[in-house]
Amino acid sequence: MEKKELKTPLLDELEKGPWPSFVREIKKSAEKNPMARDTLGQLERSYEDRISHWKHGGLVGVMGYGGGVIGRYSDLPEEFPEVAAFHTYRVNQPSGWFYTSEALRTICDIWEKHGSGLTNMHGSTGDIILLGSKTEALEPCFADLTEAGWDLGGSGSDVRTPSCCVGPARCEWACYDTLEACYDITQSYQDELHRPMFPYKYKFKFAGCPNDCVAAIARSDMSIIGTWKDAIQIDQEKVREYASDGVDIEAEVVDLCPTGCIAWDGQKITIDNSECVKCMHCINVMPKALAPGKERGATILIGAKAPIVGGALLSSVFVPFIEMKPPFEEIKELAEAIWDVWGEYGKNRERVGEFIQRVGLGNFLEEIGLEPVPEMIAHPRTNPYIFFDEELEEDEDEE
Amino acid sequence: MAVAQRKTDIGPPDFKQFLHPLIKKNYGTWKYHEILEPGVMVHVAESGDRIYTVRAGTPRLLSIESIRTFAGLADTYTGGYLRWTSRHNVEFLLDDPAKIGPLKKELHELGYPVGGTGNGISSIVHTQGWVHCHSSASDASGVVKAVMDELYGHFTHMDLPAKLRVAYACCLNMCGAVHCSDIAILGVHTKAPTINHGDLPKMCEVPTLVASCPTGAIRPASVDGKQSVEVEEEQCMFCGNCYTVCPAMQINNAETDGISIWVGGKVSNARTEPKFSKLAIPFLPNNPPRWPEVVEAVVNIVNVYAKHARKHERMGEWIERIGWPRFFELTGIPFTKYHIDDFKHAGETFKRSTHLKHTR
Repeated sequence: MEKKELKTPLLDELEKGPWPSFVREIKKSAEKNPMARDTLGQLERSYEDRISHWKHGGLVGVMGYGGGVIGRYSDLPEEFPEVAAFHTYRVNQPSGWFYTSEALRTICDIWEKHGSGLTNMHGSTGDIILLGSKTEALEPCFADLTEAGWDLGGSGSDVRTPSCCVGPARCEWACYDTLEACYDITQSYQDELHRPMFPYKYKFKFAGCPNDCVAAIARSDMSIIGTWKDAIQIDQEKVREYASDGVDIEAEVVDLCPTGCIAWDGQKITIDNSECVKCMHCINVMPKALAPGKERGATILIGAKAPIVGGALLSSVFVPFIEMKPPFEEIKELAEAIWDVWGEYGKNRERVGEFIQRVGLGNFLEEIGLEPVPEMIAHPRTNPYIFFDEELEEDEDEE
Repeated sequence: MAVAQRKTDIGPPDFKQFLHPLIKKNYGTWKYHEILEPGVMVHVAESGDRIYTVRAGTPRLLSIESIRTFAGLADTYTGGYLRWTSRHNVEFLLDDPAKIGPLKKELHELGYPVGGTGNGISSIVHTQGWVHCHSSASDASGVVKAVMDELYGHFTHMDLPAKLRVAYACCLNMCGAVHCSDIAILGVHTKAPTINHGDLPKMCEVPTLVASCPTGAIRPASVDGKQSVEVEEEQCMFCGNCYTVCPAMQINNAETDGISIWVGGKVSNARTEPKFSKLAIPFLPNNPPRWPEVVEAVVNIVNVYAKHARKHERMGEWIERIGWPRFFELTGIPFTKYHIDDFKHAGETFKRSTHLKHTR
């Protein structure tokens, strides 16, 4: 049967201009793939109607897993039957998004056989997104993926697919092995990742330094951000090179140091490392001359999230400094302690950050078994409504 | 009877098998890096080895045809090794600097711009929009494409005071770190959900639905003798959380959905602490296929920032130095009651001093 020509005048407008066009990408797949063709048709309809034509997923997935597949159905199934069911796989990416051409071709071949031929490289959380397949293709596609060494990532109220920055593979600032930590934690929590059993999602993100190239502090329940304790390493010769190459050390480095702990006499810089807050600015400006110290590890922060439900949160300090060595036992012990408390007392769809706001960080620390330290706060409380413990009142009675 | 074992819980492949031999050799011993030109970096190891990176922007939504094209380029120029960044850029890893020029030329001819490094704009992190999401207030890829067509020169040239990170989310769920971006573009719903009382009892649990509302605006109600809910519309802040847990609470609205613009967030700890983006423009019309009002607004903010900010000053750092009154003055963006927070702890966002410049 000859297909009638698909007209997409609105989307065609988005093939113009210098930035690479997603419309051209959909059209590339649509030449051969009827699902991609109906994706294009339905998207054009959304552009006409100014509304999404996708419906909620309901429960779809692969046998034995509760996450990893996002169910999706068209609300125009008669007009676009090829995307009547259009489910998406989250395929767990390799640490640091490193690939070989061979690995990519394997994924492409599997996806050509089972789905729309459309992908996202990558989804916001970090997974390889295989965009759109039919319900009956789910199990066979999963079988081919696992046979080739790939597995699904997280979705729903589970451990979401952990992700990490490029780390020691190609960055001199990595204060710990983010790729190995991400891989180890992901492998250690396959059950928690594939079978949702938490109040809501739980995200790990591994950033190698305080520049935080994976936005750990903004969006992960457990943000593991590399840092150091000792002195910034300085190559004075290279500092002078930057100065003679036009970097205004006084204006661009000294004046922008947040704690004013750097001095420059025109020949050498001195850093009062006891005042340094490890912000990375001076190192970012002069990567050949400065480097993080040698006593390296990470700060663990917890509780970041986007607005839904109770407002957006940034992560806050939980453990000021730990060493990050395989098998990362301290991270695992902390995560499991958090899951125990939050799993028991957290409400449905309440992220860890919101849970802590509700029960109080002080109470949460007691449950986890961590001592409160002033590094955890921006400043002490300003209100006098203190919930004193009963024991304290008894102590006072005795005096 | 022997049955082929179904494989599960194998996890992701070990990344080490995908590393370039030079990376494997110098893993963890990199000494420094330089940006040689926009989109091209060299990392130098303690051993003296050098790995070159060529970074190119992609539309995030890629066909397998294009991924195979990238794989082919990798075979030709890098021995088959490539990676992606956290902002949808593809990176080719080369040991031979002579191959940088020819690779750049091929990428250019294929329409993938080389850039995204240093003090410029990297690719826009974004969500699914109408391509695959049920709760999107607008499309994502289309807005991003229209905006990047205009900001293209800041991707291919490092001509801004500092890094400028733009992110797009098609609803308040904000898949991605939109809320801590120099410029965040965010789809918004502006009307309370339309309740389908016929479907609701079949599709949704009423207690879960009632509990999903952050303002307590949803109450159980009996409609035509059937269990359903009612919405106290004055309490609704259009977050769409009810729609996420119950498809019968339709939040999408072709007439009233739109786009908001937020500025001044960052995730890096460099100089100043990470910060949230703050509201710049509460509502712009949803105007496909090229969203001219959104594009104009973003370009205006970028231009004003580029003209006035000091070197190394991120958007939020610049605004904190000049103050919000001057930000609104310089950009010409009207300040409205919607800019004043009225959610939890709103008072902390009020100006609680007399530190004012009185220049308006």
